[in-house]
Formats: sequence, C-alpha cells, structure tokens
Amino acid sequence: MERVPILKLGRFLLVSIQIDLEDRTVLTLQEELAEEIVRTGARGVIIDISAVDIVDSFIGRTFSTIASMSRLMDATTVVVGMRPAVAITLVELGLSLDGVRTALDLDQGMRLLEASLDGR
Amino acid sequence: MTTPPAGEMPIASNDDVVRIRRTVRTAASAAGLSLVDQTKIVTAASELARNTLVHGGGGSARVEEATDAQGRAGLRIVFTDEGPGIADKEQAMTDGWSTGEGLGLGLSGARRLADEFELESRPGEGTRVVLVKWIR
Repeated sequence: MERVPILKLGRFLLVSIQIDLEDRTVLTLQEELAEEIVRTGARGVIIDISAVDIVDSFIGRTFSTIASMSRLMDATTVVVGMRPAVAITLVELGLSLDGVRTALDLDQGMRLLEASLDGR
Repeated sequence: MTTPPAGEMPIASNDDVVRIRRTVRTAASAAGLSLVDQTKIVTAASELARNTLVHGGGGSARVEEATDAQGRAGLRIVFTDEGPGIADKEQAMTDGWSTGEGLGLGLSGARRLADEFELESRPGEGTRVVLVKWIR
C-alpha cells in the first residue's frame, strides 16, 4: 500500500495527494493526520487534490471525517485544487462534503487558513 | 495480472478496485467520452467495485464497448459477484441506505452517474450490475 506524505509548513500541515487512492491509503492518512496535528500543534490542514482524478463516496466521506476530526483538535481543514469534472461528479453522486472548507488552489487555501487564524 | 476468462477483471482486494478505475478511465478515454463523462463513469465504477468487494465478498468486472440500436457508441461495465445478494432492491437503491459502514450512496449514486443502470440480484444467488455511459 502506498502512503501519502504529510509535510509541516509553518503552522500548517500540507498533504498533496499524487497517487491513486485506495481505501486503506485514505484511512491511514486520516489516522496519521490526527497524530500529526497533536504532535505538531498544527492549526490547519491543507489537502491538495489537484492531481486526484476521482473522488468517490468513500474518499469524500473521509475528507469530511478529517475536517471534523481536525476541528476537534482546533485545526481547520481546507481541501484545495478540486478539478471541475470531480466537482460536477460529486454533486451528481450526492456528496456535499459537509463541513469541508475548499479553495481553488494551494495559494488561496493558505490565505484562507492564515486569515482564519489572524481573525481570532 | 491474471484475468481468468478474457476481459474479466478480478475484484478481490482494494488494489483491484484501483486497477478497475484505471482500466475504466483508459477505456472511457479511448471510447471518446468527454472528460466529465469519463470522471462520472470511473467514479460509478469505483462505487460498484467497492460494493462487489465489501458486500459481494469479491467478484469480477468486465469493461467493454457498447453500441445502441441507433449506432451510438459507449462504454459498458458489468460487475458480478456470487455473494449474499440483495433482498430488497428498491430499498438498496435508496440514498443513505446501507448495510455496511458506508454512506449508502454506492448504488444510488452510481445509477445517477451512468446513462443506463441495471441491477439483478436474488438473495443467495449473487448480484450483477450493468453500467452504460453513451458518447454525447
């Protein structure tokens, strides 16, 4: 099973998904992120899915779970870079990614996180 | 990779689900489906491959070209398992209905993403699901 690396970037954790996501990979990422948020005291998580060509119900649900979980540990999650075809498909699939904040790209995702921290 | 009968891809592990996504993507692109339609059919195939694995106890998938009576071309994917089957098909097609820990969007979502959807299942005799996406 391949793993998705988690990078620390200032106060945030950055996850850039560059591989085909199998269910176990997604679950491992969820667990490792929880541990990394606590270990590093990160205040935000950015998940870059610009290289992800499909998000099905399992993957989408995991993004929601990661967002809820990180919120409980005082970190905000932003999913960035969703491809237009993926967004169209998610809506038709019936998945709304409840509680997940999104931004068009990494840059805007960073700005969104920084603004949410500075606003406190 | 070993594919017993020609064109049948085994679904026995999470790796196989990923392999089926790739095969469907390649076939959908070769068939001439638009990028959005490719994404829809790959996503639908991912849902059904996972269902076959989790609820059907494994099975197989076949990806083939399709042609309708008017000569329109498309892509057909057939998922087959010999698992416990589905007792109430109508209930299984309802959004949010799930026997497992999923969201219950697998069957209903896949039906919305495909142009044609067929579900055959009997308790104790397994399940067969056919997806078709036509070129617009």
